[in-house]
Amino acid sequence: MKLLRLAPENTKFPFMRFRRVSYPFSAVLSLIAVALFVFKGMNFGIDFAGGTVIELRAKSGTAEVGTLRSLGESLKLGDIEVQAFGNAADATLRFGLQPGGDKAQQDAVERVRGAVGQNYDLRRVEVVGPRVSNELVQSGTLGVVLSILAVLTYLWFRFEWQFAIGAVIATMHDLLLTVGFFSITQLEFNTTSIAAILTIVGYSLNETVVVLDRIRENMRKYKKMSTAQMIDMSINAVLPRTIMTATTVMLALFALVAFGGQVIRSFSLAMIWGIFVATYSSIFICSPMLIYLGLRNDDVDRKVEEKEEALEAEIDYTPGPAGALASMYDDIGDTPVPSVPAKPSAPKPAARSRSGGRRRPK
Amino acid sequence: MLRFSTWKFLAIVAMTLAAVLVVAPSMLSPSNYQALASRLPSWLTPPTIVLGLDLQGGSHVMLEVDQADLISTQVKNLRDDVRRILREEKVAMTGGIGATARGVQLRVPDAADREKILPKLRLLRNSFSSNVGGQTPLEVEATPEGVIRITVTDVGVRDKSRKAVEQSIEVIRRRVDALGTREPSIQRQGDDRVLVQVPGLQDPQTLKEILGQTAKLEFRLVAEPGQNPSETEELEQVDEQGKLPIEKQVMVQGEDLTDAQPGFDQRGGEPVVNFRFNIRGAQKFGDVTSKNVGRLFAIVLDNKVISAPRILTPITGGSGQISGRFTVEQANNLAILLRAGALPAKLNIVEERTVGPGLGQDSIDAGKRAAYVGAGLVVVYMLMTYGVFGVFANLALFVHIAFIFAGLVLLGSTLTLPGIAGIVLTIGMAVDSNVLIYERIREENHAGRSILASLDAGFNRAFATIVDSNVTMFVAAAILYFLGTGPVRGFAVSLALGILTTIVTAVTMTRMMIAVWYHYARPTKLPI
Repeated sequence: MKLLRLAPENTKFPFMRFRRVSYPFSAVLSLIAVALFVFKGMNFGIDFAGGTVIELRAKSGTAEVGTLRSLGESLKLGDIEVQAFGNAADATLRFGLQPGGDKAQQDAVERVRGAVGQNYDLRRVEVVGPRVSNELVQSGTLGVVLSILAVLTYLWFRFEWQFAIGAVIATMHDLLLTVGFFSITQLEFNTTSIAAILTIVGYSLNETVVVLDRIRENMRKYKKMSTAQMIDMSINAVLPRTIMTATTVMLALFALVAFGGQVIRSFSLAMIWGIFVATYSSIFICSPMLIYLGLRNDDVDRKVEEKEEALEAEIDYTPGPAGALASMYDDIGDTPVPSVPAKPSAPKPAARSRSGGRRRPK
Repeated sequence: MLRFSTWKFLAIVAMTLAAVLVVAPSMLSPSNYQALASRLPSWLTPPTIVLGLDLQGGSHVMLEVDQADLISTQVKNLRDDVRRILREEKVAMTGGIGATARGVQLRVPDAADREKILPKLRLLRNSFSSNVGGQTPLEVEATPEGVIRITVTDVGVRDKSRKAVEQSIEVIRRRVDALGTREPSIQRQGDDRVLVQVPGLQDPQTLKEILGQTAKLEFRLVAEPGQNPSETEELEQVDEQGKLPIEKQVMVQGEDLTDAQPGFDQRGGEPVVNFRFNIRGAQKFGDVTSKNVGRLFAIVLDNKVISAPRILTPITGGSGQISGRFTVEQANNLAILLRAGALPAKLNIVEERTVGPGLGQDSIDAGKRAAYVGAGLVVVYMLMTYGVFGVFANLALFVHIAFIFAGLVLLGSTLTLPGIAGIVLTIGMAVDSNVLIYERIREENHAGRSILASLDAGFNRAFATIVDSNVTMFVAAAILYFLGTGPVRGFAVSLALGILTTIVTAVTMTRMMIAVWYHYARPTKLPI
């Protein structure tokens, strides 16, 4: 049986060369996310904003949003939001905190029940008072911050410090973009969304750690290779796994979106976005960070890197054919040598004699 | 690598069987489960998965001690205590006892008198509150001009509200039990809150009504014309317009009740509540009614007059009747409240989440559907990608899911809708470990190693990565658990369980299966 392969074998994408694109790109996206958060804001659910949500189902026939809306307005509950929801018989009413403390919230629910109770079943009622919603905001924020700190500490102990910083920057990036996603889609942001965000943080770290693990391994194996090359090689090596895992998680998430019901739809949609972002950031944000943070700053490495950078600079100014990128290092097993597109065969034998054979891992 | 000791093999098989056994009862339909449970001794009745309120329907109500009410009750008590001390010590004050924001103040002009009562006033803090860690719950200060100020401190308020919560939990439990609901959960949250969760409740309205009342019952005389206004207060009437002047002095209190039952009036047939007093209450009730024949006697509940019947004859038997144009349901609820006793302070509903049973069932169905479809897609995809190794991964995945559910059952943890989402997600994540291993095996094989060496290296190398990535996920899940509430916690538990079991299933089980497979198939080429 022919097995399915989504990822091509033995890829040699020069991921690190995109860092000059990916950093500005991500910076712009992050700024947009922050701007969206500040100017457009989030569609905070009642968990955070306080207020009341009532889910109704018509006892017979369909829910009449128009009638409900005018009915809601006549109850003088402030801005009342009426939405069709799920199937035709369902609707939700949502209104903000009523002035007059906790008791007033309960009274409001009573009034709604009195007004619509004859024709509708109240399938779900959620009332969150002002103090509780404040506390939920606090504990939510604290949760995100603490989890990042905890993970930072763990990575610090397990890996080099550059890895920890790279991972945290990538995670913050994912966090920002997820917040931006919630702002732009205006999906409801509630405690379940906090769970989604923390899961994205978890997934993002998972991705990052898998890549970093390989980088660390290769770092010891290929001492003479430039950092950028070595990272590229590591990412290419784990690429089939990255694609495979992202696909399985996506399959599960699409099942949740399609069949999991309304309540967790925004959770699942946010997660789908998060998987994309997390995969992207582990490759294009975290890994290049290692170069900037000067991973492996020993003398040998610096020499190789200088040479590499000179070559890269050359490549940047004289863009070659697309095929040239893929053949950047012809043989991963040997000490890789970047081939300059202008004269592809020339440097190869020279480089081989210069650096000797492959170094075996200790 | 590929040598597995028999005991390891047996241990894994035994764990799997145990997990399946633990989970099996939860998978039965309710009627089948009942049939099974009835045939087993009670100590062997299999536990099932506890469904969260969002799945089985029910009410979650968070109550908070009303600080203002609590403080005003304390101040009132304080005033009574001060008055008593003044009377006992025969000390004169000028201008009565005034109220401050959080206490009382009085003016005692005579310095010797002040010296006499100050220690007594200071002693009040012992009866007021105990053991507040060296900090005083009551502050007593005296100015040289003769003003004495007694203030309840923050420590005092916190301590009182903590005690109020403790007492409330008992009262709430009696009230909720009287509603006939099954397995309510009543927990304290922090210093001043109580969380009440009642699964499967059809009518949250009654619950809220019953929890929202203090149920402080008092029997007080209705004031007569010309009575000193400082001894009376105007109280609202429940079923009639307007207010009624009522004496401040409480004749008999609800705490002397021994029983209260809903019933019907003998003559009119309208719903009433019949009550009975203990000996002390019966005596007081008899005294009051015999001394005040002809006067109106008000039944006051939470500072509202329920009814004010005229005392026709002395009531000495210690039992009586409250009528107040009740419906049958109201009479029933009032009886429940009186039986359960009064709350020490008013409780406000600060959060309410109610899910109707219909919606709960819909959510379970949706969750199941999503889990089946998600798992199905992942299984097919793994088969298509890895062939026979995919079969191993899928078997491991099946055991993985069994482990998660077994974990939920054994921990008695609640399965919520986000919890199901967590499980669906771990289905995707669990496969990640297998993917890591398989891809590594392929890689090693492509690099020219023998099959055996590739398998060995694949497992060994991937293991470090799996541990690192899972520990980070686990850290996130742990924090979610400790900071999350309700459904988020459920999600964290599912996620954490999923991560823990991954290591057993994806690594050890798959390894074992591949070892067995290698032993029998003797492959000459790696099938992935």
